[in-house]
Amino acid sequence: MSSTRSSITELAARLRAGKTTPQQLLAGAMAHQKRVEPQLHAYLTSTTELAEQQAEAAALTLAEHPDSASPLCGIPMALKDVLCVQGVETTASSKVLTGFRPPYTATAVQRLFDAGAVCVGKTNCDEFAMGSSNENSAFGAAGNPWDVERVPGGSSGGSAATVGAGVVPYALGTDTGGSIRQPASLCGVVGFKPTYGRVSRYGLIAFASSLDQIGPLALSVEDCALVFAVIAGHDPRDSTSDPSPVEDPQPALGRGVDGLRLGVPREYFGAGIDAGVRGCVEDALHVLEAQGARLREVSLPSTEVALSTYYIIAPAECSSNLARYDGVRFGLREEQPSLTDMYLRTRAAGFGDEVKRRVMLGTYALSSGYYDAYYRQAQKVRTLIAAEFASVFESVDALVSPTSPTVAFTMGERDDPLSMYMCDVVTLPANLAGLPGISVPCGFIDSLPVGLQVLAPRFQDARVFQVANAYQRATDWHATRSPLADAAA
Amino acid sequence: MTQTAEAASSAVLARYEPVIGLEVHAQLLTRSKMFCGCSADYTAAAPNDNTCPVCLGLPGVLPVINRQAIEYAVRTALALECEIPSFTKFDRKNYFYPDLPKGYQISQYDLPLSLNGRLRFEVEGEPASCGITRVHLEEDTGTLHHAGDVLQSATSSLVDLNRCGVPLMEIVGEPDLRSAAAAHEYLVRLRQLLVYIGVNDGNLEKGSFRCDANISMRPRGASEYGVKVEIKNMNSFRAVRLALEYELERQVAVLDGGGALTQETRGWVEARRQTVSQRSKEYAHDYRYFPEPDLPPLRLDAEFVDRVRATLPELPAARAMRFADAFEGLVDAGVAAKTAANWLMGDVAALANEHKVPLHASGLGVEGLRRLLALVETGTINAPTAKELLGELYVSGGDAEALVRDRGLAQVSDEAQLAEAIDAAIAANPDAAADFRAGLEKALGRMVGHVMKATGNKAQPQLVNRMLRERLAR
Ligand SMILES: [Zn+2]
Repeated sequence: MSSTRSSITELAARLRAGKTTPQQLLAGAMAHQKRVEPQLHAYLTSTTELAEQQAEAAALTLAEHPDSASPLCGIPMALKDVLCVQGVETTASSKVLTGFRPPYTATAVQRLFDAGAVCVGKTNCDEFAMGSSNENSAFGAAGNPWDVERVPGGSSGGSAATVGAGVVPYALGTDTGGSIRQPASLCGVVGFKPTYGRVSRYGLIAFASSLDQIGPLALSVEDCALVFAVIAGHDPRDSTSDPSPVEDPQPALGRGVDGLRLGVPREYFGAGIDAGVRGCVEDALHVLEAQGARLREVSLPSTEVALSTYYIIAPAECSSNLARYDGVRFGLREEQPSLTDMYLRTRAAGFGDEVKRRVMLGTYALSSGYYDAYYRQAQKVRTLIAAEFASVFESVDALVSPTSPTVAFTMGERDDPLSMYMCDVVTLPANLAGLPGISVPCGFIDSLPVGLQVLAPRFQDARVFQVANAYQRATDWHATRSPLADAAA
Repeated sequence: MTQTAEAASSAVLARYEPVIGLEVHAQLLTRSKMFCGCSADYTAAAPNDNTCPVCLGLPGVLPVINRQAIEYAVRTALALECEIPSFTKFDRKNYFYPDLPKGYQISQYDLPLSLNGRLRFEVEGEPASCGITRVHLEEDTGTLHHAGDVLQSATSSLVDLNRCGVPLMEIVGEPDLRSAAAAHEYLVRLRQLLVYIGVNDGNLEKGSFRCDANISMRPRGASEYGVKVEIKNMNSFRAVRLALEYELERQVAVLDGGGALTQETRGWVEARRQTVSQRSKEYAHDYRYFPEPDLPPLRLDAEFVDRVRATLPELPAARAMRFADAFEGLVDAGVAAKTAANWLMGDVAALANEHKVPLHASGLGVEGLRRLLALVETGTINAPTAKELLGELYVSGGDAEALVRDRGLAQVSDEAQLAEAIDAAIAANPDAAADFRAGLEKALGRMVGHVMKATGNKAQPQLVNRMLRERLAR
């Protein structure tokens, strides 16, 4: 049997049964990556040397402490290229960071490495995580493992694509407005965005600091929970990481949804949601109902202003976060006789169109005379959106909805920014409110995956796993293999 | 200033009133930088050695607030009689410059750590004070070394980020100062205060204590402010005074000539003794302040503020003011000025230091001290006895007269009572008696000491002195 598209749980068992070794798993992953990569373009950097060292170390750990070793020990994985790894080129898919090798490793990544993870490479994404299709990567978009002519979604498109193609069983992504959940939905994998503050952002190249959160993309809800348990928890280097203890997600996985109240937000099924997608999600709701969940329609009226709120706050923060890419200390520099020209030329050459658009939007929104009308107003609406969720969660335990309004679209199809921004209309409210959310496969339209989104109150990450896993145990959508997962040599 | 310049200046000041406000940036004497673990003492390291990913502003790293810096800023705010709101936050001040690696400075904008304070000082012997708008925290920038005078014309520039991220406290004064002299005194007192409470080393030349000034002129009697000019690059107290005096005259000359002043930033050029325009308002920065999303807001509860208050030594300004109050009270009640000053600056100051309690809050109080000194003045007790009682009364309080009466501390001024002790002292010190008779004046001291000891320090020293001389002269 091929090791491609095997879950962490399966691989961990085989490692302990002596049926395979970390080195063999790595070799399998590399071989499969080599087969599919020319079509998929999911990676920006291969970290073969690092992976070989890690596989060797993991083999030792497994030999010496097979019982106490983490389930992630010896399992290949990949990292979105916004996550810093010491000494490994980290570009955030931007030319401006070409050649940048951080002298530190992100906390979440370090925790995985400490657990014995084997990192095969850095994955493609939209530049600085800004985009919903991967087409904003300065190094060319990744493809969708179900149809390489189509987008994998974004911004964590490379991570979703490589997991969907069966190269690695999991990868880390980041979610600022849906950037884990939406590509997971489009690539037919599970993608989990933790509560804001649950996973340290130290070493994550910031897009929008108050919205960014690191999370896993994997083949099952159970695997996402395994990875989450390792990366979650307070980090003294991130003052926004929460000091409260992390609830172990494992017990929740088997709890089922009998008696659970699930809210169905009317606005998340409205205009703009493809009829086929709506149909798949409604079928999924019946599956949950059949297991004892009580469905209740709820309303989140602020949904219609969430998109514009997001597109003020996120660009505002990004305009400031990206100011450091000025050519002075690292990355790209366009030499010019004057300082101002060096700044202008470096940033003009280093950033792509979407990044420039958001930097300009954000600069404008924060400008003197506009701050009150835009940024301050957006912060007020953000508070309102969070309050609305809190109020709805008084009468329901979780919310269920589509993840993406559509299935994967063709590369180049959406050439105006606004229609692209609509991709995140049902995912970004959760970022504004800091909620945990997941996308699980729930069907296909013309052989393209559809995702079901589950949201829960802040710090109830376990609840998200509970509902999603109940659904996953009753269905086998997540086990369906993409054409690229079966690609032969 | 020369005599003529002074005369010209006072003529000018008869018509115009200067309005001056000072902004001071003071580096805090913390161990580490504001948001990372690098040393705050950046001067010893080779260029860019005292840095880390956080203060270099590398992608993906995050700031962590230095608690000691918060404590020092609160200590300063309390010393400046500021209010400390329970809720404060950091903001980003956005601008591009090579000494600012993140492209923004973490500072405080609309909810500073403290506000509404006051600094008290003296101008030419008269008490004065200036409002403190706010004291807030931020991070210092790096330094640039240009091949050439300024960045714009430099052929190359080197960036040193050793200083970048050093905790910086900004103390914004109200526009309450009305002369260059007042501004000078304000600054001297503020520096003294920061050094005294241990938060800053007060070095203007090295730039750990920096001052910018805002100055405008208005006709005497006007209530509206004139056009404000900001002055930078003043690296000594003298420079501040000279720059303000220069600017004051420059502005009056413009106004008298029928011209209009421009709102601008001017730099003090020491070599030319002039201020020179650097940037006018049209080119003023829009800093696009917004709340720092990487740092949650801070809640400074009363318990924390009280704990910081307890670390505050008694302040030099306050101490001076209280000394003046006590002195005035004693002299008004008839104590000789010299006596009052001697006691206040000597034994009372020592006790205040020893017990960390000022006189007015001690068991003794100003009135108690007056009564104790009155007992000395009337000859009821002698100075050594008063000193002994002072220490006890300072701590425990009580009535000096009653103590003197109950313990029989009144001094012995009856010659018959002392005669025996005098004779015994001479008998016990034959050498000293011989020396004195031979003309050695100081030999008397040993015998006086003997008498005092024998009478439990109660003998009146002047009487003992006279009686010994009489006996030895025979
Ligand atoms: Zn540092």
